[in-house]
Parts: sequence; C-alpha cells; structure tokens
Amino acid sequence: MRQTNRILPVYSGDVSGACSALFEMGGMVVIHDPSGCYSTYDTHDETRWYDTDSLIFLTGFTERDAMLGNDKKLIEDTAQAAALYRPRFIALCNSPIPYLNGTDFAGVCRVLEKRTGVPVFHVRTNGMHDYVQGVSQAFAQLAETVLVEEAVTAESTSFAGGPLKVNVLGMTPLDFAAPGAAEALEDKLEKASLRLHACWGMGRGVQSIGSSARADVNLAVSSSGEGAAQVLRERFGTPAVFGVPCGAFSERLLRETEKAAGDRPGQFTVPFLEVPENAAARRTVILIGEPVVMGSLAAALRMESGGSTKTVVAAATENSAPFIRKDRDFSFFGEEELAKRLRVLAREADSRGERIAVAADPLYRPVCPEGAELFPVPHLAFSGRIFLDRMPDLFEGDCASIMGGKWI
Amino acid sequence: MLTRVTPGARGITPEEVRVRIGEAVFPNPWKRELEFNPPVHETWNIVHIGMLLPQAHQIYVCAENCMRGVVMTAAEMDALERFSCVLITESDLYRDNLESITLEGVTDVLHKLPALPPAVIVFPVCLHHFMGCDLQYVYAELEKRFPDVVFVRAWMDPVMQKTGPTPDEKLRTAMADLLTAGSAQPYPEGGFHVSVIGDNLPLEEDSDIARLVSEAGARLHRIQDCGTFAAYRQMAGSDLFIARSPLAAPGMRRAAKRLGKPGLYLPNAYGYEEIRRMRGQLAGALGLQPDTALFNHRQNEEIEACEAALAGAKATVGTRQIAIDAAAVQRPLGWARLLLEHGFAVKTVYLDMIHPEEEKDFLFLQESFPDLYLHKTVHIGGRVLHGGRLCREEERAAGGEEVLAIGPKAAWYEDTPWFVNMVEYGGLWGYYGIRRMAQLMEEACLVKKDTKEIVQRKGLGCTCILPGAAERTRI
Repeated sequence: MRQTNRILPVYSGDVSGACSALFEMGGMVVIHDPSGCYSTYDTHDETRWYDTDSLIFLTGFTERDAMLGNDKKLIEDTAQAAALYRPRFIALCNSPIPYLNGTDFAGVCRVLEKRTGVPVFHVRTNGMHDYVQGVSQAFAQLAETVLVEEAVTAESTSFAGGPLKVNVLGMTPLDFAAPGAAEALEDKLEKASLRLHACWGMGRGVQSIGSSARADVNLAVSSSGEGAAQVLRERFGTPAVFGVPCGAFSERLLRETEKAAGDRPGQFTVPFLEVPENAAARRTVILIGEPVVMGSLAAALRMESGGSTKTVVAAATENSAPFIRKDRDFSFFGEEELAKRLRVLAREADSRGERIAVAADPLYRPVCPEGAELFPVPHLAFSGRIFLDRMPDLFEGDCASIMGGKWI
Repeated sequence: MLTRVTPGARGITPEEVRVRIGEAVFPNPWKRELEFNPPVHETWNIVHIGMLLPQAHQIYVCAENCMRGVVMTAAEMDALERFSCVLITESDLYRDNLESITLEGVTDVLHKLPALPPAVIVFPVCLHHFMGCDLQYVYAELEKRFPDVVFVRAWMDPVMQKTGPTPDEKLRTAMADLLTAGSAQPYPEGGFHVSVIGDNLPLEEDSDIARLVSEAGARLHRIQDCGTFAAYRQMAGSDLFIARSPLAAPGMRRAAKRLGKPGLYLPNAYGYEEIRRMRGQLAGALGLQPDTALFNHRQNEEIEACEAALAGAKATVGTRQIAIDAAAVQRPLGWARLLLEHGFAVKTVYLDMIHPEEEKDFLFLQESFPDLYLHKTVHIGGRVLHGGRLCREEERAAGGEEVLAIGPKAAWYEDTPWFVNMVEYGGLWGYYGIRRMAQLMEEACLVKKDTKEIVQRKGLGCTCILPGAAERTRI
C-alpha cells in the first residue's frame, strides 16, 4: 500500500515549508492549527528557532472553534499580535481541520488587511503535502505581495555594466542546513563574477527581496524555488536556472546562469539534466531526495567519475517532474514504491554484473538493496536534527566531501 | 544571542506576559490568544509514552505534516523499528469517513512487519473525529483480521486537548485498560503486590512509596521494569494500584475498579501535612499501622530531615532568585510555597493555567506572597521577551546573580545555565522528594549546564541520538 511507511520517516510537511520560507522575511506567520504542526515545525524542521526572533505563532484552536468556525477569534487575535509586533506582512497557513471545514481564508485576509494596514496573504497548506509545496507556495505568495513594481530599465539591471545580479530562489535550511551555506553560495557566485542580489529565503540576501525585479537571472537551488520563479517570470520576464553549484557541476551551472541572463529572457533551464551519461559505466549510484539538489549532485558525480558512473535520481518530493530525466530517473510516493524500484534496479545491475550504491539521507538505510553501499547525504527535511552535526556543505568541495568523504 | 529579524516590535513589557499572583485569576490567569512555543522540548509526548509499553508497535494514521512530529520523535529515540505511518491524503477525505485508510493502512503495516507484535497502539487523529470515523467498526475488523494482536485505542487529537482529556491522558488510560482480569495470573511467589500505573519516569527506590512498600514486605511493579507485554499485563494481578500523576489517575481508577482492587491517587505534593496524610493512606492499604507512635515518630524524623535539607540548600542558594516551571514539578505553586516559606527568593512561576489541585496553594500565595509573578509560557511576547530582555535593568541589578531555575522552560526564559533539569518531578515522591529536590537545587547552583543543548532534546530520560547526547554513539 503506497500510503504506509513501515520504517521510513516522512518529509517535512507543507506547513513547515511555509514557515521555513518566511522565517527571515520580517513578517508574521500565523498557523491555524490546534498545536501539532507548530511544535513539529519548531522542534524538528527549524534550526533557527532557538536563536532568532522570527514571528511564527499558533492560533491553538479548539474543538468548538473547529465546529463553529470562529473566524472572529482568528482575526482578533492576529490583529492584536500585529499591533504588538508591527510585522512587514502577515501570512496565514493551516493544518487539515481548517481545510476540512472550509475556512474562508481569502475573506479573513481581506478583513485583516483592512484592520492592520499591512499586506496579508494565505499560503494554501493543508498538512497533507510535503515541504516543497509549502516553501514554493509561500515564496510565490510573497513574490505576489512584496515585490516592488518597477520598470526594468537598463539602469536597474546590470546591462549597464558590472557583474550580473542573481536572485537565489528556494533556499531554506530544510535543504541547506550546513552552517554558513548561504554565505558559501554567495562567495561561490562572487568567484564566478556574479553578484548575489537577493536570497529567498536565508542569509544576508533576504534584505533585497523586495527589489528582486532588478536581478538579471534567478538561480533556483531547489524545486521549492519554482513558485517564486514563475511569478518573477510572469511579472518581470526574469529567466530562471535550476540547479545547485556543487562539485564539478558547479562551473557548468554558473556558466549556464550567466548565459540565461543574456540569451533566454523568461526561459527556465535545468542544466543538470543535460550532463551526459556513459551508458557503459559499470557502477550506478541512486540518489534519493529532493530532485534539484540530488539531480545536481548526480550531474557532478557523472562528471567527476570520468564516465565510470551512471546515476539514477529517485525524487522523493512533490512537483519533481520537471527536474528528472524521464528515461533514467523516477519519482516515488512512499516506502513501498521506493523499495520496489530499488529492488528492480539492484536486480538489473546484478544481472549486468554492475555495482550499485545509494546516496541518500542515512535514515534510508533500511530500504537500501542488500550489498549496496550507502553514501550519507543527511537532509534536514528528512532526518531532522539527528545528523545536524554532519550536514553536507553542498557548495564546497567535490562529491567525495559532500557524500561523507566516502566517494572515490 | 538572539538574532533580530523582526522589524518593528514596539516595547513589549514584562507586564504583558506575566502577572502578580496577587492580581491573578484562578484557574486561568490569561485569556486564550495566539500562542508561542519556546524552544524547549524535554516534556514527554505520546510517542515517548507509547514506547514504555513493552513489545508494542505504534501506528499513526494522519496527514504528513502531523506525522512528521511523531515519526521524528521515534527517530530521535532510535526506535523507528517500533513505529509506522499511514498517511492520509485529500482523496481519503472523499472516499469514506476514513475507515478504509485506517483499516487497510494498519493491516498493510502489520503484514509488512517481520513478526506480529503482541500489541499495536493505533493513533487516529483530529480528522477522524470530524469525519465521524466509525472506529468501533475499524477495531472490530482489525481484531478479526489479527486475533493474536491486542489493539490499544489511543488518540492523537490535539484539537480536543483544551476541552477534554488530553491525548497524553487518553493514552495512559488506554494502557491501563490493558490490565484486565484475564490478562494476569496470581503472582507465583505470592505475597502482596503493588503496581504504579501511568508513570512516565520510574518511581525511585528511595521514594516514600517504594520504601513503605518494601517495609510492608510487598513487591513494587513499574512499567519500566517490564521486559515483555505479558509482564506488563501481569501487573493486573496486583493487590493495590497507585498513580502519581493526575493524567494517570483516571486510568488507574478504572483499572482498580475493573479488577476489584483498591486504588490510591497519591499526587506529588510538597506540603508536609498532605504527604503525612497520603503516607498514612498508603500504609493503611499496605497493612502497616499508620496510627502508631513509631510510625508518627518516623514521620517526624522524615520532616526534620527535610528541614535540614532545605536549610542546606538555602545556605548554598542564598539570595539568588528562583524561577519554577510547571514542566518540572506537577504542582509548581506548591513547590513555590514550600520554598517561600523557607526563605528562598522565588521570583517567578512559569505556567499557563493553574491545576485545580493547587487552589489552596494559590490562595495562600495570593495572600502571603502577592508579588510572586506568574509567567505565561506560551504568550507571543515570549518570542522576544526572555533572557536579559525579561528582566528590567533594576531587577538585574538588585538580583546580582543569575537566576536558579527549576525546570527547562524556566531555564530558557531566564537564560540561565543554573537549573534543575527535571520534568514531571522525575521519580520523586514524598519527603524523600523534598530532600532530593533540595539536593538537586544545590547541585544546580554549583555546576553550569549547557542550556541550549539540553532543553531542546525531546523526552527527558528517553533514549536520544541527537548530536551531543549520550546515546549518539549508536548511529
């Protein structure tokens, strides 16, 4: 049965994703939920909770509120908190019960906006999707709300000279939990003569988000960046490149980023899908996880191995279709489907006399094919805090250093 | 150091998050509004509690976001092999009232396990309530499909927790419901047997309860000592049942009534008279003679030892301000009263509501120590107002030393490395509890703790494989 996991955990949910995306944006997020989604987020999915004063709160609604709606209380309490904290914006998101009882969030947002005088939006979560959905929608809503409408002129972009300006999209600790990840990426861009304009949504770059229209190109480092990339494309024609500058793939991705800024206005490109593969390679590495990160790592592996390695990306998160190779990679839902696909891949490799390995979060170990080596790539959105001291720095070093120093 | 990302917070004052007890309203000092969750996770949740049931497998039937918290609790305990998930998706909401996904999901998990467990704890959720899921049918069908498995009827329904029994209380009751006449044989060694029901942390052997049981020649049973599900159910053969926690009392009372045996609710009290009365009750139930001069003499000796321990702690703690939180002791006002009556400088009690059992202590403190602060732990002001920002400069200057906290939430709010790391009063009880706590307060004043690393770990006393934890070597 595809909806059961005997032993694997689940990924961070959409509510956690929305909160993580908006954490450093200076707004206030209100989760309409009795309790569980909030404590789950701040315990397992948010590494910044202890040290950062982000305004993320819970309505704590009761059985009676759920039965009768009681939107008035939601509005009153939120308005009161906004008066206390004066956030830049208010975002509402919710768990399954408000979805079930059909809470009129659009109406609640209108009333709240009038009451508080700050932009209010609803991130359409319902607790039944993974974090990619939550992050992507939150960024898209934020883009719709806070982006300053401005004419994109030669003066505002870099065509007048100077390094190209890049917005980094889809960057949250859920996918990039290594300390200093945002700064490492910024350094990497600088070394490639690209300037970080805004980073959605962690690190120093969050200050420039309102003026993201001024950037020449968007670099979406996870599939969570797709929502904002679409809004920026629709409103400002900004092109987007998907990928993580990691290992040997880094140079190629940044070159494509530069190229996209000039040649392909409004286009989306996914360069890691184009990195060739040697079909005759004697080793297959299956990379399980978020497709943009793992797709980029797979591309780096193919490049660094000098043609001795094939890769298969097993995309574990939602909305992965644009980021996998249809003929090689696959997306899956749940433990049963993954285990089945891994068994088939192992059998096929075995019949060809090839070796097989898995690169994934260590909690995937119980479903790895027998005899397959596991290269650990801890992922906060999967194993939470358990491997927090071993989170890979995706922007530094080669595949070996990213994959626990094991890859040869 | 707190990183600021909040642009325009106006000057939130401590008065917005706390109230003098002299002006507080019983039992709810604050109205219900938006909530903030401090980064303190040491209290137990239903996953931790369910893991106490030997050989049991837990199955949660819920949406992904709700699942995440419980499955990660199991993962951090290194106990994923005893935990499984059934995910509810939108389409399940339109198919039926969640009977199919629950029934078929649990069935599927059980078919995938290497061996059938003797007990399965099933956790339906808020959605099951609101969809009107026919759980009687689900359980009847599961019992038909798996006749050798005992299905424990638990809940993960936080939407009900403010208006009815909490999921924690329901689980403790469901676990107590497993103790039935048919589940136990008389203990082969004979004698008098006492079982403590619904304890998360094991009752210490030096506690008054354990010592009185031993003195009576009886045998004490705790769930933490049971290696098998059968051994746990054998506790039904006991002659006396005891509960220490108000959350365990309903289950204990039901078990005692069902089995026709006496049951005693002996809460963690800190007043000498209440402890004296409860010790008398227990002694009577154990067949000891609580009215004898010898028994009374011993009680007086116990009290004298408590006085000495408190005096010793006072000498160490000195004038240092003290903050107590409700996560650490079940009756924080009772503990505050005991300390204040012994000259300690208790400044603040962290709680969100006052338990009805604390009404007398509340009224006493209101009258005698009206300046004691009650501080809400979930107030949204807590996001920015903790540590140095909580204290006004003059308070800091007057206090001089850093605060001594009793409990992890108090430690976080006061930003102090000097704290007693305890939840639910640990395994303490009675006069021994007072002496031991006095000792722990002294120790807390002498040895600094890493507050940030400690208070964020879940389930104090459970296995923990987070970085820095003792069990880290397992992975």
